[in-house]
Amino acid sequence: MTELDAGLVGEQIAESGQIAEPTGRGEIGRARRRKEDARLLTGHTRWTDNLQQPGMVQVMFLRSPMAHARITRVDVSAAKELPGVLAAFSGRDFADEQGSLPCAWPVSEDIVIPDHPPMAVSEVRYVGEAVACVVATDRYRAADALEAVEVDYEPLPAVMDMHDALTPGSPKVHESGNKAFSTTITSGDVEAAFRDAPVVIDRTYIQQRLIPSAMEPRAVLASTDGDTFTLWSSTQIPHVLRVMLAVTTGIPEHRLRVIAPDVGGGFGSKLQVTAEEVLCLLLTRRLGRPVKWSESRSEGNLTVHHGRDQIQHIRLAAEADGRIRGLRVELLADMGAYLMLVTPGVPMLGASMFNAIYKMDAYEFACTGVFTTKMPTDAYRGAGRPEATFAIERVMDELAAELGIDPLEARRRNWIRHDEFPYTTISGLTYDSGNYEAATERAMALFGYDKLRAEQADRRDRGDPVQLGIGVSTYTEMCGLAPSRLLGMANYGAGGWEHGSVRMLPTGKVEVITGTSPHGQGHVTSWSQIAADALGVPFDDITVLHGDTAVAHKGMDTYGSRSLVIGGVAVLQACEKVKDKARKLAAHLLECSPDDLEFEAGAFKVRGTGASKTIQELAFAAFTAHDLPEGVEARLDSDATFDPDNYSFPHGTHLCAVEVDTETGMVKIRSYVAVDDVGKVINPLIVEGQVHGGIAQGVAQALFEEAVYDADGNLLTATMADYLLPSAADLPTFTTDRTETPSTGNPLGVKGVGEAGTIASTPAVVNAVVDALRPRGVRDVQMPCTPERVWRAVQGTRGGVRS
Amino acid sequence: MIPARFDYLRAGSLEEACQALAADEDAKVIAGGQSLLPLLRLRLSYPTTLVDIGRLPGLSGVEDRGDHVHIGAMTTHDEVMRSPVVNAACPLVAMATATVADPAVRHRGTFGGSLAHGDPAGDLPAVVLALDGVLVARSERGERDIPAAEFFVDYLESSLRPGEILAGVRIPKLGEGWGYHYEKFHRTAQAWAIVGVAAAVRRSNGAIQEARVGLTNMGSTPLRARAVEAALRGVEVGEQVRPACEAAAEGTSPPADLHAQPDYRRHLAKVLTYRAIGKAAGAP
Repeated sequence: MTELDAGLVGEQIAESGQIAEPTGRGEIGRARRRKEDARLLTGHTRWTDNLQQPGMVQVMFLRSPMAHARITRVDVSAAKELPGVLAAFSGRDFADEQGSLPCAWPVSEDIVIPDHPPMAVSEVRYVGEAVACVVATDRYRAADALEAVEVDYEPLPAVMDMHDALTPGSPKVHESGNKAFSTTITSGDVEAAFRDAPVVIDRTYIQQRLIPSAMEPRAVLASTDGDTFTLWSSTQIPHVLRVMLAVTTGIPEHRLRVIAPDVGGGFGSKLQVTAEEVLCLLLTRRLGRPVKWSESRSEGNLTVHHGRDQIQHIRLAAEADGRIRGLRVELLADMGAYLMLVTPGVPMLGASMFNAIYKMDAYEFACTGVFTTKMPTDAYRGAGRPEATFAIERVMDELAAELGIDPLEARRRNWIRHDEFPYTTISGLTYDSGNYEAATERAMALFGYDKLRAEQADRRDRGDPVQLGIGVSTYTEMCGLAPSRLLGMANYGAGGWEHGSVRMLPTGKVEVITGTSPHGQGHVTSWSQIAADALGVPFDDITVLHGDTAVAHKGMDTYGSRSLVIGGVAVLQACEKVKDKARKLAAHLLECSPDDLEFEAGAFKVRGTGASKTIQELAFAAFTAHDLPEGVEARLDSDATFDPDNYSFPHGTHLCAVEVDTETGMVKIRSYVAVDDVGKVINPLIVEGQVHGGIAQGVAQALFEEAVYDADGNLLTATMADYLLPSAADLPTFTTDRTETPSTGNPLGVKGVGEAGTIASTPAVVNAVVDALRPRGVRDVQMPCTPERVWRAVQGTRGGVRS
Repeated sequence: MIPARFDYLRAGSLEEACQALAADEDAKVIAGGQSLLPLLRLRLSYPTTLVDIGRLPGLSGVEDRGDHVHIGAMTTHDEVMRSPVVNAACPLVAMATATVADPAVRHRGTFGGSLAHGDPAGDLPAVVLALDGVLVARSERGERDIPAAEFFVDYLESSLRPGEILAGVRIPKLGEGWGYHYEKFHRTAQAWAIVGVAAAVRRSNGAIQEARVGLTNMGSTPLRARAVEAALRGVEVGEQVRPACEAAAEGTSPPADLHAQPDYRRHLAKVLTYRAIGKAAGAP
């Protein structure tokens, strides 16, 4: 690609007329095109797999074809003899130094955290677990050599079903048994709420297992100069990773640098300390040469941590008028074979969210984490909250059906009214702000709700083979992972603060350093907008540095829609500190009191006079340091670490209309309206992008994606021919809009938007499918609602649940 | 996903390619590579040599040859679907080709490659079968015509002999009065057909005079739905078409996979045949 290409792309974007040019003076709120994109779109990228180091070699891993087996012999000697092969190792070769992959979230007192060797030594517990590796001069030779490694297995029984796993006498995944943990949270008198309740809805829903599919597969490159180590990884969490790798490998933290170069998406899948990261470090330590690993897509499907996989038993007790009395949730959460970084925490992130936007008198949440011989599960876009939102929003539709009222009416009778905020929910969270009425009203208007209901009635009357269904999801979620105090109470192994720094360069340009680690979110653009407004410097004069522990030395990284809410605020606060320093310097140079200065458009002006100093002039004055006031050091640079008091709670109303072909079972989304309230918006274009992508991922769970293992524990969906990801061609045009109820928990008034679309959309779609078929006696279709499952539901056979 | 080692021969002439294939039964032709490369990368196929016919002259292009259209084996899907000759004389081929995978695949994948690969889930085999196409094989011994009905032998297996290369396909023109439709049922735009139905219908005086129906992914090879073709003969376009289409799954043995069980595929074959016939016959 040439510079000319980059220019052309820019022109094409400009000519498309899709993007409104910024208006007004402030940067915050402008639909700025992303600074990152020209480079990313024209291939001027540094993915980990692109990186080269002198003397670099490639490692490939041999992976277990057995779900559960004892390893009785591994012989790598033949592989070592092959051309281009430098070394080959089995798990036993690493046994003394590889440690155990960490779990940072022991959610309960009774939790069992089994040893998790990065490379299996004596037993494998899922298909895909690494059992040996070959290091060669290139991937081709390494791949050939893997076929020469001999491994003998003594098969052990696979444990695939959670109910079976908990049955006494079940084969065990670990010596300690198949229960990872159990926990119960109760609030209010649940017995009383259910006693003599006029209406009880009792349902079981299955959250299928999902495979996060980032555009960029994972890759790792490790190198050492004999003293210090550098690890490049396609990770969301360079800072967390550095700490964890230091603890796991014994490499002292100060001699380990972690770099997340350009990272092509994660969705939680790169919020992990992976076996491959540990093993590449150990290999470079052992061989003294840079070692790279790049996964293939099918290797990734096997071994990227999976998402969801819960069985949800949910019971709701209500009055005859639909007012909710109480809610009982019993979860079985499939941990897979091991507890990885936040595996057990994922269902717990939903523990306080089943009650959602509704008022009730009692709530009980119980969760059991279960070991099976499958790839471990862990965070996947939404992590716990999509599951909770799905269950409650499905049940609210069931409640409406039971009472014969409109599903939106069932919600209205129960939701927190806008004049009731701040509101402390039955699960103990305090929602700071929101306006469910406004978002719902706007969504209904955009959707043409009444007209679609009329068309639905008409199709039902005519017995049209294509039925119309309308699905509702009035969601909220908690995000902005922080505050540290609450994370501590939840027994999470780290804090939730975020760090930001601002460096004022002598020429007046600005470097913003952030502890967040963007991998597609556009932080470089949004943080520039925040700093431009705060400092009064041009947007283009700001650069944002991130993702390298030697540059951005302090951070908690990017996940859980936390970056803007915590990291963006930290940048703002660092800018405020810069201004405080600049004000003192300006007062000195202008020979006035700091209180006489007003800051406007990047300059300190003496009230009532024409005298002023721009922040750029002050940066230069600090640099020359020729004339500094007493006690002022020669820099304006400042740092801030922000830790909020509360989570933030985006909400919104999503409405989905589907056409269900009852002859084939095919579901087609006819229209989709999303009205989200994510508080104040820094960049509407980026918010729009997050909403679109989020909805697509939630629709994907509703209609397309499912990781399927057979009874022996083989993953049947290892390729994209079998694990179906929807593309733009499979999705409708989304109609999006926003209401804006600023968060009161941070000075930007922002709430986070990374996961909202995914959390909201899955129940909207499934509710629509069920709504279309309800007159035919269908009251559930298991996800994903494939044509075959829908058809069988219509037929009244397996695949659908009928009343 | 790295293929096992293989040798590579870029053939300079058809003769050279045929010789290489005749000399080694584990050698394989590579054309556009859109079906073969995934098999290699998954190490499901271990050819000793790939014989690349991509640069051979005379294997690409569409020609109107009077009573039939000749499509060179190396003609890409994109060229086929845009060909005025194909769209005018055998539009069913263009319709089905337009549903193959995505634009990137259609620019690399070839018409002949799809047929020689013999995947019953591919869209083009059922179409060529329904249109009674003739596949032209070349070898050192010369040319051999293989009727489509004899070409597809089993799953991923054709009646090409060692040393033979598929050079082109003759699609007979059906003449006036025919209507066409390819009904593809798949879960995502880029996915293979769960079931596909290729239909050609000659209609006059409001009745179906003749129907040709090819089925995608209803057995180990593409299939002709002969029973439904017979049942449709003489049927007036209207209410009687649907009962006739109940015969669509007769004689099929559809596969079971993650996307569909056999009974569902049989049901789909009937529904989709009805829809394809209706559209081909210009029914409202």
